[in-house]
Amino acid sequence: MIIMDYAIYFTFACFGAAVMMCLWRIITADGVGTRVLALDTMVINTIALMVLYGLLLGTEIFFEAAMIIAMLGFVSTVAYARFMLRGNIIE
Amino acid sequence: MSLFLIAALPFLGAIFPALLIRAGRNASASAAGLTSFLAFTGLMIHAPTILSGGVVTARFDWLPGLGLNANFMLDGLGFLFATLILGIGMLIILYARFYLSRHDPMGQFYTYLLLFQGAMVGVVLSDNILLLLVFWELTSLSSFLLIGYWKHLPAGRQGARMALAVTGSGGLAMIAGMLILGHIVGSYDLSVILQNKEAIQASPWYLPALLLILLGCFTKSAQFPFHFWLPHAMAAPTPVSAYLHSATMVKAGLFLMARMWPVLAGTPEWFYIVATTGLVTMVVGAVIALFKDDLKALLAFSTVSQLGLITMLLGFGTKIAAVAAVFHIVNHATFKAALFMSAGIVDHETGTRDIKLLGGLRRMMPITFGIALIAGLSMAGIPPLNGFISKEMMLEETIHTVWLDSQLVVPALAIIGALFSAAYSFRYIAHTFLGPERESYPHAPHDPGPGLWLSPAILVFLVVIIGLNSATVAGPIVKAAAGAVVGGELPEFKLKLWHGFTPALYMSIVAVLGGLLLLALHGHLERVWNNLPRPEAKAIFDAVIEALTRLSRTITDGLHNGVISRYAAIMVAFTVGIGYYAYATGTTGLPTRVPLEAPIIPIIGWICLVVATLAIMWFHRNRLLSLVLIGVVGLIVSMAFNYLSAPDLALTQISVEVVTMILLLLSLNFMPTETPVDSTKARKLRDAAISIVAGLGAGGLIYALMLRDFAFPTISGYHLANSYKGGGGTNVVNVILVDFRGFDTFGEIIVLGIAALVIFALAESVLSSNVRAYLLNRKPHWPQSGDAHPLMMVVVTRVMMPIALMVGAYIFFRGHNQPGGGFIAGLVVAIAFLMQYMASGYTWTIERQRFYYHATIGWGVLIAAATGLGAWFNDMPFLTSDFGYLHWPPLEEFEWATAMLFDTGVFLAVLGAVLLALDSLSRFAWQPGIQQEYPMDINPQRDAPPVPGPGPDTVIPVGKET
Repeated sequence: MIIMDYAIYFTFACFGAAVMMCLWRIITADGVGTRVLALDTMVINTIALMVLYGLLLGTEIFFEAAMIIAMLGFVSTVAYARFMLRGNIIE
Repeated sequence: MSLFLIAALPFLGAIFPALLIRAGRNASASAAGLTSFLAFTGLMIHAPTILSGGVVTARFDWLPGLGLNANFMLDGLGFLFATLILGIGMLIILYARFYLSRHDPMGQFYTYLLLFQGAMVGVVLSDNILLLLVFWELTSLSSFLLIGYWKHLPAGRQGARMALAVTGSGGLAMIAGMLILGHIVGSYDLSVILQNKEAIQASPWYLPALLLILLGCFTKSAQFPFHFWLPHAMAAPTPVSAYLHSATMVKAGLFLMARMWPVLAGTPEWFYIVATTGLVTMVVGAVIALFKDDLKALLAFSTVSQLGLITMLLGFGTKIAAVAAVFHIVNHATFKAALFMSAGIVDHETGTRDIKLLGGLRRMMPITFGIALIAGLSMAGIPPLNGFISKEMMLEETIHTVWLDSQLVVPALAIIGALFSAAYSFRYIAHTFLGPERESYPHAPHDPGPGLWLSPAILVFLVVIIGLNSATVAGPIVKAAAGAVVGGELPEFKLKLWHGFTPALYMSIVAVLGGLLLLALHGHLERVWNNLPRPEAKAIFDAVIEALTRLSRTITDGLHNGVISRYAAIMVAFTVGIGYYAYATGTTGLPTRVPLEAPIIPIIGWICLVVATLAIMWFHRNRLLSLVLIGVVGLIVSMAFNYLSAPDLALTQISVEVVTMILLLLSLNFMPTETPVDSTKARKLRDAAISIVAGLGAGGLIYALMLRDFAFPTISGYHLANSYKGGGGTNVVNVILVDFRGFDTFGEIIVLGIAALVIFALAESVLSSNVRAYLLNRKPHWPQSGDAHPLMMVVVTRVMMPIALMVGAYIFFRGHNQPGGGFIAGLVVAIAFLMQYMASGYTWTIERQRFYYHATIGWGVLIAAATGLGAWFNDMPFLTSDFGYLHWPPLEEFEWATAMLFDTGVFLAVLGAVLLALDSLSRFAWQPGIQQEYPMDINPQRDAPPVPGPGPDTVIPVGKET
């Protein structure tokens, strides 16, 4: 399974770089909208990192955390979006 | 009757007058009277034992680890006081029924009175000094309520506050003294302490303990210079004054001195402190009393003086003086309560207590006159009344007392005190009842009904009977009480009117004649007195309190001025200081562990964390942006939990993160987008320095800790070993939550529920005030998009709803063995609901909501409690869990555990609390009726222009979809 390992490490590198890029955008972007988008992307990238880590270790223990983050992460993004569009997130 | 019951009865009965007031004032008074009567009867059952010299005890180990035992002891002294407290209490209850007007809340009055009565009975029956202190403080608190009963009068409130401040601070001193005493003896049981006279008096801590305890006694018993609170406490209704200042509250200090007499008395310190204070108080109180025009103020200072007399007798330290003290306690209680009640009658019937406006009442109020006359003459020390006998005994004792090598000082001052006592007693009688009748009384005076005069009449009957037959009526109880005071054999003594031509008799005669003379000269003396400069106690007290308040305000405001950076700076700097001290003085071992290698991905996470934190500092004035950056931190932290093998924490972190974010966004809506600049450059530098040092210190500390093994074995091993065996679960985190530390969790869900209810209540009160109008008319900070409920979001969240609920159920059920559990499941389900709130709007959501959040919280707590209680039915302690396995074909074998039921409670409480809190907060911005009615705003059908004219193929616009 040496190929698989290389593949995982390669993917780690890609997603790691992606996280750093997201961070860059969060710090430097203009306005909050782009930053929220970058944060949302960062969340997705970290889900990927977590699943990869599970693949590497051959364990399912991270699956639920990945699922919950995937399910709930977008709620934050939606809330930010609502806040910026309407000010009031529950109306 | 058990002593427990006697002490508890007034407390138990206190609820009834307050409830029964709805059935009328008679019912309320009867309930109070009956309670006292029951306790009194219970006490009297023990009378034969006590009067024959026995002691009744009742013991119950309450908190044995602290030495705090609920031990009660009834001996002669306690019996005497309990009789006075309960007996006079009944008379006061009768009197108050007719004294209080229709407008006074009588149920409250009797409740306070019974609470006070219970506290007093507790003080005199306690056999444990810690228990005694508890009751002692209760007397201070309940007397505060009684003195301030007329809340509408500023004088009442101020008097109550002063009484509480003085007696309460004295009580604090006494706590310290008692603790020292208990420390010397090694036991807090009074009966043990009383056996250890030598040990206590030989201890170097004797003097501090003595001073502190006496401070408590003197403040309570209004001894000079703490006497000033007592006259101000006269703002209370007269029944309260009669009760507190004749038989109970102020006698508590005397009681304690008498109680401690066997171990504390007999030393020069005791003599000079106690006897001198008593003597000074007696003279000062008597002199001031003569020049008071308010009947109750006159009686108040006379009380101060009489209490001084008793204190002095106790201070003498001889056994026969102790007998005289006990006897005078009885006599003073009888005549002084009667006098207060007669003053109350005069006030009630004439509308004034000002002696200058009174006089000549003897014909209009013959019964009251008779009562006041007998009681007053007894106070003046006229034979054949009881006051004469004890005053004679007092004078006799002073002759034998040497004060700083002087034979004369004490008797001379005692005569002056007695002389002024006689004078103010005569004045009370003469200037109120004798003299010409006036035309100008505020009301037409006449005798009251028997309801008011019966109680004082019973007391003056006692005054006369004790005077005439002292040996038979009062002899046994005085003997029993005095025996308990001295804690040993009593010398021979005879309570009788005629002792022959003794020096004491001559002194008495001098005092009475001098009193008459002073009365005759009163007009002249008063002019002199009024021209003398006198310190005004209230002004001094107010100034002292003011100064203390200013001092504490300076300190408090210096430390917390409302600026969080200051709190943080002080706290962090202090912590750093302590940490440095520990580091500089302690020793640290060498590292025992090798650091792990850090792979690249965790380092990326670390960089994200650090950069985001720095960025928050940079952008911190922009609130929304800070929140986004905090989101990065939260994400990385939950990833770190995952990476470091704590998936439960990661799940919790992520769900809490979402809920918190929604909460903060809800509140940011009402705040300016930017925070104001409120730190100067210098302060920023200071704060930066402090936080950098603290951060480096904390980091270094953690680094050092992680490189070393724990100095003490941790509890983790136990948890790991017993999680499955004892708790039936393989997820240790969850087993800790619902089993090992189930009690904590139980408390926490209650707290969570309370917090949510408080948020609800606050929201409710704000929204029902004027703020509502302001909120409805708020203008948004920036232009709003028109689409309140975008179609996409509505559809997605509705589709998500069942999935999210399923995930919640899944997380819940696997929780006991794998990451998950009730807490996380509660949050996940709450978020599923919150999505509907956000997408479809508040109105739409609550219309479909079929359960109440309040009830959800309640059920959660109840289910958890019921689970815990279930253990009791198996003779196990609260919250002991059980588990087993079930096999229902076609299902596979599965495990059940009572902890699952408990977890259900946690789930419901968390769900209810989160939803109630956010629901309440979102109502602030909710504008019912103003916003668009339709959850899915874009409805082509609805928005289509109406086709003019009805036709067969007209599309009729679909109305509101609900």
